Amino acid sequence: MGFDIDVRRRLGDRAIALRLTGGPGVTALVGPSGVGKTSILNMVAGLLRPDEGHIGVAGTTLFDAARRIDLPPSRRRAGYVFQDGRLFPHLRVRANLMFGAGRNGGNMDFDRIVAMLGIAHLLHRWPASLSGGEAQRVAIGRALLSSPRLLLMDEPLSSVDPARREEILTLIERVRDASPLPILYVSHDRAEVDRLADHVVELTG
Amino acid sequence: MLSADEWSVIGLSLKIGLTAVAAMLPISLALAYILARGRFPGLLLLDALVHLPLVVPPVVTGWLLLLLFGASGPVGLWLESWFGVSVLFRWTGAAIAAAIMAMPLMVRAMRLSIESVDRRLEDAAATLGAGRWRVFRTITLPLSLPGIAAAMVLGFARSIGEFGATITFVSNIPGETRTLPIAIYGALQMPGAEAEVTRLAIMSVLLSLGALLASELLARRAGKGWRGHGL
Repeated sequence: MGFDIDVRRRLGDRAIALRLTGGPGVTALVGPSGVGKTSILNMVAGLLRPDEGHIGVAGTTLFDAARRIDLPPSRRRAGYVFQDGRLFPHLRVRANLMFGAGRNGGNMDFDRIVAMLGIAHLLHRWPASLSGGEAQRVAIGRALLSSPRLLLMDEPLSSVDPARREEILTLIERVRDASPLPILYVSHDRAEVDRLADHVVELTG
Repeated sequence: MLSADEWSVIGLSLKIGLTAVAAMLPISLALAYILARGRFPGLLLLDALVHLPLVVPPVVTGWLLLLLFGASGPVGLWLESWFGVSVLFRWTGAAIAAAIMAMPLMVRAMRLSIESVDRRLEDAAATLGAGRWRVFRTITLPLSLPGIAAAMVLGFARSIGEFGATITFVSNIPGETRTLPIAIYGALQMPGAEAEVTRLAIMSVLLSLGALLASELLARRAGKGWRGHGL
């Protein structure tokens, strides 16, 4: 029920390679910046194509160079929480949350997730008016509501001011404990990872 | 102040300009999107073709339109046999000439505004399950809307100023193809029509000024809600 990833990709004069089989729960990728952690997440999400290898999540093949399988990002259902939030600036918080929910995004789920993330009072706001922490909660909610088969989190605390990090970290723990989704979590902070992750994979340059 | 004839010239110019821009909108938007986001070998050639009316002498563009839409031209034959219509010496022909001449400016402005949309937002939309068309409709299009509106106004201003291709293609027919610039040119040829030239020239400047002001207002109004920190 976890990840089965084996990818290689050259980016300029840099080579990124990762082999990883992880169980359910949180798998953390740690390593210095520039080592290609975000590129790995992008490959899983379908935003960057590996030169070779394969990517499987929870028994479904998303990419396999040898078998010529390459699902487009829109069909991979990777709930991606980006480092920079990437809320849609022209949509209010509610519309951002509903963007990936489609017609089957039941109200039950919506109310439950909004309550869990504590963002009910933000639904009518524009993203530009949110603090870093608020924006990241909405981004997490948006990913959860897109009925994902996995979650990708790219340094979700980096755009949150230090005083609010504990809050978001607790939230992520709650998400981890409340959902059966495998989570691939990128960070350069070892303490954060030790607290969250079931498996840790260290990337070196 | 203005004679009935002069009002009809202005009305005709507006009709031709609005028709040209409306007809060109979907075409130039598609071209702008392809040029901004496409990646295929013929892209450079397509870009050059789109810009051609900007650099070719307008009289040549008019002559090419005549070859295409003329009684024995490929498009002209087709229009005649299928619909029994001809655009020669008609206001529709003037609108076609105006649309072709406005195209490079419209495509260019739209392309710039599409290119300025953050691709990372389009990526984010894709990971949330949106296919290409939905990404375009819900992210790219709304975020580039101010630029698209500005492109339309620019195209409109260019259309009502069109002269060379129009007079070559559809001549100078009162009530059909005699637009503002053509009427001004005609009046200049006649002795004693200085007053008419002045009146038409003033109207021409006012129309262009109005278009520019409208585009500025559009750009300011667009995204007033979300660009600021309003609730």
